[in-house]
Amino acid sequence: MSYIARPKVSHPALARNELGLTMRDYEGGMSTLCAGCGHDSITGALIQAVFELSIPPHRMGKLSGIGCSSKTPAYFAASSHGFNSVHGRMPSVSTGAAAVNGRLQYIGISGDGDSLSIGVGQFVHAMRRNLNMLYLIEDNGVYGLTKGQFSASADTGSTAKRGEVNEQQAIDPCLLAIASGCGFVARGFSGDRTQLVPLLKAGLSHRGFAMIDVISPCVTFNDHEGSTKSYRFTRENAYPIGHTDFIPPEVEIKAELGVGEAQQVQLHGGGSILLRKLDHEYDASDRSAALAYLSRRQGNGEVATGLLFVEEGGADMHELARLGETPLADLPYERLCPGSGALADLQDRLR
Amino acid sequence: MQPTDIRNPDYFHRVVDCQWGCPAHTDIPEYIRLIAQGRYADAYMLNRKSNVFPAILGRVCDRPCEPVCRRGRVEEKPVAICRLKRVAADLRGDIDHRLPTAPSEKNGKRVALIGAGCASLTVANDLAPLGYELVIYESLDKPGGLMRTNIPAFRLPVEVLDEEMDQILRMDIDLRLGHEIKSMRDLLENGGYDAVFVGTGAPKGKELNLPGRHDTKSIHIGIEWLESVAFGHLDSIGERVLIIGVGNTAMDCCRTSLRLGANDVKVMARKPRGFFKASDWELEDAEEEKVEIVVNHSPKEFVVEDGKLKGMVFDLMEYDIVDGRIADSRITGQEFFPCDDVILAIGQETAFPWVERDIGIDFDRWDVPVVDRVTYESTREGVFFGGDAAFGPENIIWAVEHGHQAAISIHKYCHGEPITERMPPGMNLLAAKMGIHEWSYSNDYETAPRRAMQHMSLEKRFRKLDIEVELGFTPEQAAREAQRCLNCDIQTVFEAPLCIECDACVDICPVHCLTIAPNGEEEDLRERLTVPARNLDQPLYVSAELPQTARVMVKDEDLCVHCGLCAERCPTAAWDMQKSELLTPYVHHEAADQPPQGSLGKRKAGAETKEAPVRTAA
Repeated sequence: MSYIARPKVSHPALARNELGLTMRDYEGGMSTLCAGCGHDSITGALIQAVFELSIPPHRMGKLSGIGCSSKTPAYFAASSHGFNSVHGRMPSVSTGAAAVNGRLQYIGISGDGDSLSIGVGQFVHAMRRNLNMLYLIEDNGVYGLTKGQFSASADTGSTAKRGEVNEQQAIDPCLLAIASGCGFVARGFSGDRTQLVPLLKAGLSHRGFAMIDVISPCVTFNDHEGSTKSYRFTRENAYPIGHTDFIPPEVEIKAELGVGEAQQVQLHGGGSILLRKLDHEYDASDRSAALAYLSRRQGNGEVATGLLFVEEGGADMHELARLGETPLADLPYERLCPGSGALADLQDRLR
Repeated sequence: MQPTDIRNPDYFHRVVDCQWGCPAHTDIPEYIRLIAQGRYADAYMLNRKSNVFPAILGRVCDRPCEPVCRRGRVEEKPVAICRLKRVAADLRGDIDHRLPTAPSEKNGKRVALIGAGCASLTVANDLAPLGYELVIYESLDKPGGLMRTNIPAFRLPVEVLDEEMDQILRMDIDLRLGHEIKSMRDLLENGGYDAVFVGTGAPKGKELNLPGRHDTKSIHIGIEWLESVAFGHLDSIGERVLIIGVGNTAMDCCRTSLRLGANDVKVMARKPRGFFKASDWELEDAEEEKVEIVVNHSPKEFVVEDGKLKGMVFDLMEYDIVDGRIADSRITGQEFFPCDDVILAIGQETAFPWVERDIGIDFDRWDVPVVDRVTYESTREGVFFGGDAAFGPENIIWAVEHGHQAAISIHKYCHGEPITERMPPGMNLLAAKMGIHEWSYSNDYETAPRRAMQHMSLEKRFRKLDIEVELGFTPEQAAREAQRCLNCDIQTVFEAPLCIECDACVDICPVHCLTIAPNGEEEDLRERLTVPARNLDQPLYVSAELPQTARVMVKDEDLCVHCGLCAERCPTAAWDMQKSELLTPYVHHEAADQPPQGSLGKRKAGAETKEAPVRTAA
């Protein structure tokens, strides 16, 4: 961490988005994470994504659980809503928030400990409910906050900083998400922002649960030679299955974008995705093929990255539960609290 | 792009915009830090090393450092560098024991310095401590040159001038006042000097030969008129005065007129605002005193009746301005302005009627001596020129730099060494890291706006000719203003092999000056940065290929506020903050054959090889 505040000066030629805001207007507090933490780079990518999508800061809700990753909401969009909740319980809190106000753009930020160990049940059920949110796992394969024990995403055979070998199997959040019925599954790397920013923008525009697993090296406990989540290992073994472009709604898709080979996916929330595949045998819309393909890559010791699976059109929690469009906060008091007579009627119906 | 060669002393020197812009390369950020610490005497001595006259220049320097100050690009107003210099001079206390002295044993070399102005005095300052026997010839009765004759006392008090000149003159210098050199040939043949330095300035005011010019005594040439005022030969002027020209001399003339009894002073400009030669602050100061600046009026004739000046006729001008330049102009009418006196302040030039043209000193077709821009030697060996005498009117700080360089040439010439083989400047780099998140400078950004200078009230300042208008900063104001300095000499230094490309520096930089990107040609790379780098005057700092992806780290130097956050956030110390110290060789380094060591220990860059670029005066 640093002890001086980030100076308030900014570049006079800094770009402005449709709302007239600059990237600096989407900043948050000064990070207290270790210098060089992948999480901070993801924060930078998030700032760029929400800036480029011109999301009004007051229309965003940032949610997190516990862990290094879960500090992230404090470091961007200082004027947005935020809730730093209980370890592994962020999906429940998000469910409640989404139920009472479906109009905010929810961004949940979790880690491999928060989502794959203590919160794995909540994580799976959030996908089952198809909560309308972007769900990021800042995945470093290590419990950094408790000094470097293996986490549930640590690969078999990888070593801890002092040399101990991990003998247990890893849970791959992408395989888990595809298998759990998630409609948008991607993997990025904190050190590759040209890939990550379009993925974030696509995830934010997807209606339903969008899960992005972002490999995010822990510089303090997991950036050494035996690690499979280090900067160097990820750069050497990342296998991008394709390049994802997010195309905003107002932009007409032209041939120059390389549409020839590209797979186009219209997003419910506006805009579309152009997936320019690097590997022709891959089909991001076939759930079982995706599972088989990813397992094979994993077997080769490769880390498949990019938009791994996408399926638009699934009903999200709001539709499934037939919740009202109007946020509770906007309902007139008489409708929000119809009185004891209405309660008595309801109880009579349940007798 | 090729990786930036930071071993070239020019690279980091250029990042320190103020020091790069200062002809004498004064170590501005360092002296500002000394002022911030209240070490005024140290700040004064550091200043004196390069610019010799801190108290004088702290008041009347043309401040080439301020328009280029990075702070002026990051926000609107640059750091008040010049006025901070004055603070160091005002509050320095007794520094006599730290001043250079002349040895009692001389080195047997005699040098004549013609003209006792800033250029000659600088040469004397540099050569006297080496044991030279120095004779200064001055045609007037007092030393100082234009600093005394052309700069009014309400801007530069006489005591300040005398005190700083005395620091030099007390070094056994033979100052011959009222001694005009009438023949260069005679001096060279009969003077018995080993070398001669000409620092006679540009003493001839330009004429304006329009009808009526010589029919009255009420038309004055600006610099001559100022000189008469300075020596007390003149103490009044008419009520209505027109000043022709809008340079800094015009500003001194109009403000001096007000102090001699004029109450309606107009500065007549041929061109519109934006084309004036006067510095903005001098214009502001004149307008504060209710001087009217009349634009687009071109002088046509003087109206004189029976030897008495009635006024002047001007052509009314109209200009077509394209891209900030005058593309075309036309006269749209005429206007008469009544007045009692006219002062011509339209420029000045050198004059050498006393230099014979057949003694090997060549003059070009504008009758300006041919002088080498590096050595300051004329076409005759052993005769050197400096200050305005060399290349025409500039300002004091240029004359000082000419003096330093000429002193080196004179020394080498007197000792039979080739004067073109000069010691190159060097650059010292020293880590500024003192501990975790602890730096040897204050890296927190001071948001305060530029401190305003207090002026003597308008009621009081006109009572006497020599009431100083600017009151100087108080220690409190100086401390605040000093914090506005961005410490550009605390350099961001990058070690590519250490970088793990985590983006921490890119994200934390408040002014978005860092980018990790695939390499390319400069034009292309400048457009691909986090914020495109469109200020082409400012270099890109490009790293070697980064170890993991072969991309490069690119820093646009333009708006870096040197906050050090990139270095604080770097997990591998690939970015480091290091203090650069420019090592400028002076004649005593040449004499001792010992390159400057600086205050930071061993020099690192540039010095080992003679191929390092030699600084040129231009």
